Amino acid sequence: MNEAFEPVLLRRRGVAGSQTLAYYQQDGGYNGLQKALKMTPAEVIKVVSDSGLRGRGGAGFHTGSKWGFLPKNYEGPIYLCVNGDESEPGTFNNRILIEEDPHQLLEGIAIASYATGASVAYLYLRYEYGQCYRTLEKAIEEMYANNLLGKNILGSNFSLDVYLVRGACAYICGEETGLIESLEGKRAWPRIKPPFPAIEGAFRRPTVVNNIETLACVTHILDKGPEWFMSMGVPKDPNNPRDPGSYGPKLYCVSGHVNNPGLFELPLGITARELIEKHAGGVWKGRKVKAVVPGGISMGFLSADELDTPLDFAGPGKAGCLGLGTAAVIVIDDQTSMVDVLYNNCRFFAHESCGQCTPCREGTAWSSKILRRIRDGHGKMSDLKTLEDISNTIGIMPGTTICGLADGAAWPIKNALKKFRPEFEEYISKGQKTEMREALAAH
Amino acid sequence: MPSLFINSVEIEVQPKENIVQAARRAGVEIPHYCWHPDLSVVASCRMCLVEAGTKKDDGTVAMQPRLVPACQTPATPNTVVVTDSPKVKSSQAQTLEYLLLNHPLDCSICDQAGECYLQDYTYQFGKAESRLDEPKVQRQDKYYIGEQIALFTDRCVMCTRCVRFTREYSGTAELFVTSRGSVEEIEVLPGQPCDNKLAGNVVDLCPVGALCSKDFLYKKRVWWLKSADSVCQLCSTGCSITVDQSESKVERVRPRENPQAQGSFMCDDGRFGWKFAHSENRIRAPRIGRASHGQVASPQLTTIGAPTNAVEQYSMSVNQSTPLATATVSDLTFADPWPGLINHLQSVLKQSAQDHPTKTLAVFSPFMTCEEAYLLADYLKKTNPKITLAMGPVPVVGEDDTYPKGPKGQSPAAEKTRFTIRAEKAPNRLGVEAVLQHFQKSIVNDEQWLSSMELNPFETVLVVGNSPAEWLNDETVSKLRRAGKLIVVDILENNLTHAADVVIPGVSFVEKEGTVVNHAGLAQTFHPAIRCSDGTRPDVRTYMELSGRSGLYHGPTIRAEMASVIPAFAAFETGELGELGKRVFS
Repeated sequence: MNEAFEPVLLRRRGVAGSQTLAYYQQDGGYNGLQKALKMTPAEVIKVVSDSGLRGRGGAGFHTGSKWGFLPKNYEGPIYLCVNGDESEPGTFNNRILIEEDPHQLLEGIAIASYATGASVAYLYLRYEYGQCYRTLEKAIEEMYANNLLGKNILGSNFSLDVYLVRGACAYICGEETGLIESLEGKRAWPRIKPPFPAIEGAFRRPTVVNNIETLACVTHILDKGPEWFMSMGVPKDPNNPRDPGSYGPKLYCVSGHVNNPGLFELPLGITARELIEKHAGGVWKGRKVKAVVPGGISMGFLSADELDTPLDFAGPGKAGCLGLGTAAVIVIDDQTSMVDVLYNNCRFFAHESCGQCTPCREGTAWSSKILRRIRDGHGKMSDLKTLEDISNTIGIMPGTTICGLADGAAWPIKNALKKFRPEFEEYISKGQKTEMREALAAH
Repeated sequence: MPSLFINSVEIEVQPKENIVQAARRAGVEIPHYCWHPDLSVVASCRMCLVEAGTKKDDGTVAMQPRLVPACQTPATPNTVVVTDSPKVKSSQAQTLEYLLLNHPLDCSICDQAGECYLQDYTYQFGKAESRLDEPKVQRQDKYYIGEQIALFTDRCVMCTRCVRFTREYSGTAELFVTSRGSVEEIEVLPGQPCDNKLAGNVVDLCPVGALCSKDFLYKKRVWWLKSADSVCQLCSTGCSITVDQSESKVERVRPRENPQAQGSFMCDDGRFGWKFAHSENRIRAPRIGRASHGQVASPQLTTIGAPTNAVEQYSMSVNQSTPLATATVSDLTFADPWPGLINHLQSVLKQSAQDHPTKTLAVFSPFMTCEEAYLLADYLKKTNPKITLAMGPVPVVGEDDTYPKGPKGQSPAAEKTRFTIRAEKAPNRLGVEAVLQHFQKSIVNDEQWLSSMELNPFETVLVVGNSPAEWLNDETVSKLRRAGKLIVVDILENNLTHAADVVIPGVSFVEKEGTVVNHAGLAQTFHPAIRCSDGTRPDVRTYMELSGRSGLYHGPTIRAEMASVIPAFAAFETGELGELGKRVFS
């Protein structure tokens, strides 16, 4: 079926002038918004809810339900925050979506704002995305000029302002409440929940925070209907009442040791093996897969034996990973040391931990120090136990942190130690050193 | 009555409580660093994690799968909290290991040692050793963080209490967190140190030895300190405080939580306002004759009796800094100057009351305690009811200083005010006024008695000062000087004592017991922290002996007597006001 799959979200990728409003409208753009404006907001929410759309930002929360949590008949502003702080390593789908097709996203923003009753949408964009910023600036200008934003959009009673906000260069700004704090001009320290943003978010008002890819999907759900959306993906597991299913197209970002890295739009549920071999051109230099990151490095690792895991919202979890995350697949070949990989992971999270909760602040830094020592050839077997203890005591799962960053830091350690333990033990017992190995590889 | 369960102890639910507070009532301590009742909840130290669940109507208990922060979780009906399960204990031990990971363990040179929550909790909940094999993160100490505060950066556990205090309580927001992750630090902007009037509180708030008071730094190990409950006397807010002393030297003053008085904090004026008690300028012996005129020996004294010679000798030796050795051995044996002084005062006042009762004036100061005012007023009125009892000037400096300040330093709206440093710089105007009201029937204010000093001077004037700063201006003193006999009770040498004919040393609030009534009518008793400075003794003892009362001064007895005599002080009935005081009048 994948052979015949027509990309939807990436349809206009690579087309000259795809960023302009003229091209977008000529290509059938803003149909979804027009349809939505003819419905009541509740009906729009129902359509999105029926489609089974789940958030593309990482947690996979049911988008319709999220919108439904807003207080009813709230007097006063409701805000929509668009999470464009794409900082999960390996992830680049938002960048392509914005750079190639900004109006698709902006249409989604308008629909979502209409549905939720938001009169202001803040588009929180990662600071490093300069090209995206300029593209969006132009697109938003065009929209204001064509009554797609501002007062009484397309002759309806609905008014919306979109503000483009450049981020604060931190991973934690991509966390829902961290983003809100950063938006308010504060240090991006995630808030304690409850209250959830739907009750008290940006500027202490009800707020919805949605990912860019999610909102791009909303555009098409309104245009083509929920049935179209549900025709793709993995249906609900009848044996698991808590599984809401994984529907719709998904942007898979493939990077790492493959011949043809890039962004692939495929229905949810494709296996890692198919993605790597069929779409990404297989592992480079004729090597084999050692490990695969299923969705951004915070999700953990799939081993070579687990490549048939379907990359839907439930699949990676069954293989012991944290989840699908952002569907950023990073392929690691068999010549790469997992010690290096894990060290790199831990170093990232130690650098990006916001420093609010003690376990995460100290645990991430400690694990990175331990791994650096192991890499330098001074590891001890007891270090593995310490690493395990750290990974089991940081994160929302054991309840020791406010946000999920620490879970993301813990999962790669857990997975690596579980799935690649012999490699770590050998590395330590033989006193290997990274420099030695690099020197050997050079010959 | 709805209830909740802490380790299967059932306690009643109280509104707006979190689990830490509820557990405290149940006798269970839940360790915490970042939470403070007066600051916002951030739940970031993760030390207070407990298991929590709900008891359902059918009696079954559904526990939440993950640990929850007790500080953030409201104590609602039917909450079930477990704080001693293996899961909780291992979490506490692990969190402590994290906290101590980069902590320098320099307890031996740390001021906080002995009252450090890292030490206490490690003993109670922690592991014996750290598994850290790497070098600890080392950071520069920041002595520039405030005029009174030093930051020992590497001891910090990033609870951010200090940051929240400057944002939410003082409103000055000097402190902030810089950098990220395990290398983050508390910092101030260049040239903007944490020097607001409430800054000293961050030292008390710091649960570890990161923020230290420069004033107290390396002065004393805290386990040598002995504490006394006291009340700050520098303004009419009357903050409850604890005075820490060692070897009769006050080392520091800390706020004592009292929701009726000031809350949990105090201002730096009060925090460092005890220093006059150890001033070089203290009056250390009674004196007869004017020091400023060099007339130490007074001719009148010869008529008083044998010990007066000692008074002379003693006062000479002290006030003129001549060594005591000039006194003869037999003089030293009887060197107590007080009996002679009391005799002298009694005869002077008696004589004055007989000869010209309407020309005898006593000026009370708002720095007196209620007991002092009562004993003195009682004595004088019993000597002769026609003696005038007047109220001295009440020092007022500027306007009330309220917090939290706005972004531009503006004062908050009344309903948002959390702390007030009052303009009225005296502790007990209301209490003294109540005493005077009773004995004099009306309050003679300073304008009235000063104008009569000008037209028709009083013959004999007794003035009680006891202010830590200069109280009367030179003009007032020169008017008082017109009196035939000026008797002054004061702590420090000043323009008034220099003009006096008789000077009686008083003692500061850290040396005596007494009760003061603050701006809101809250009466609080303070207790002596240190012995009276050499040569001095409590004012109440002087007044007791003047009035010829038998026995030693006993505060509760006097207060009970006051309650029976003065209706305004009915709340003093038992003589005890408790740690937090009682509201006597509003």
